[in-house]
Amino acid sequence: MVTSVTSLGRNGLYDWLIQRVTALILGVYFIFTMGWLMTHSGVDYLTWKAFMGSLCMQIANTLVFFSVSAHAWVGLWTVTTDYITTLQFGSKATFARLTAQLVIALLTLVYLLWGLVMIWGGA
Amino acid sequence: MKVSIYRYNPETDKEPYMKEYDIDTQGKDLMVLDVLNLVKEKDPTLGYRRSCREGVCGSDGMNMNGKNGLACITALSTVAPGVLEGRKPLILRPLPGLPVVRDLVVDMTMFYNQYEKVQPYLQNDTPAPAIERLQSPEEREKIDGLYECILCACCSTSCPSFWWNPEKFLGPAALLQSYRFLADSRDLATDERLSKLDDPFSLFRCRGIMNCVSVCPKGLNPTRAIGHIREMLLERGV
Repeated sequence: MVTSVTSLGRNGLYDWLIQRVTALILGVYFIFTMGWLMTHSGVDYLTWKAFMGSLCMQIANTLVFFSVSAHAWVGLWTVTTDYITTLQFGSKATFARLTAQLVIALLTLVYLLWGLVMIWGGA
Repeated sequence: MKVSIYRYNPETDKEPYMKEYDIDTQGKDLMVLDVLNLVKEKDPTLGYRRSCREGVCGSDGMNMNGKNGLACITALSTVAPGVLEGRKPLILRPLPGLPVVRDLVVDMTMFYNQYEKVQPYLQNDTPAPAIERLQSPEEREKIDGLYECILCACCSTSCPSFWWNPEKFLGPAALLQSYRFLADSRDLATDERLSKLDDPFSLFRCRGIMNCVSVCPKGLNPTRAIGHIREMLLERGV
């Protein structure tokens, strides 16, 4: 058993499941949005705003922002633990990996909060 | 034909280098191990492991023109197009990702450490029956495609996840053995075994690229075994 305090769920199965479920949500959202665009010709700003401003789409967009954040974190955490190790960075690996993970975590959090403000802020 | 071989003797060489040999195979479709033996006659300093010379012991795992395999059961005609005809050189390197002891001989300690972690033996504390623990033909069938592994390390050393995290990711060979005991009806340590595989590295670092399946000289499928373990973990955890 290998312990890891920076992975999303501290557990391989949890992270694996989250990545699959979020991928499913993103896939369904993408297909639905593309379908909507293809069945509505000549979409202008007001139509698009009304569509995105509906409660259903606000909830869907929120789900998508959470899904992108979780999916990205699990994926990028994997990248950092694959490529920022002692094999490549020697004794500085832990510092470099933790720094990279902190930067990615902060960016993901900013992205998520900014997204929520856009969806629910009424701007 | 031209044979290019990775050479490194830590006692005399500053760094590894590729050495070329001209070998006369008389146009025969020899096994790579036979070619190595011809090279050895010319240059007795060359180091490589071999034993049974028929794909059973797993000693002569090496990288041949970019693909891992057993030298003793890999014919020149199957290494790469043009090698047998002499249009391309035969390029031999040690198994990737493991420390080189000398020339084509690698230190397998990391590989065996991971194998040891999966406790590759039956665990059953119930009183032993008079003769043996019986299995039905169906139960016995479940370990087909698992027990045949010869631990040559061709699969684990072709896996990028094992290259990057050889001390954390168990690797396809050890995971295949892990499932061999998880699937065995006589083994009663299923829960303990699964508990040790639940972290983000030991099993879940497998990204399913299937290099292991592509190189296994025994035709086994570690990716499928890893998938079965994931299913067992999912059933247990959801």
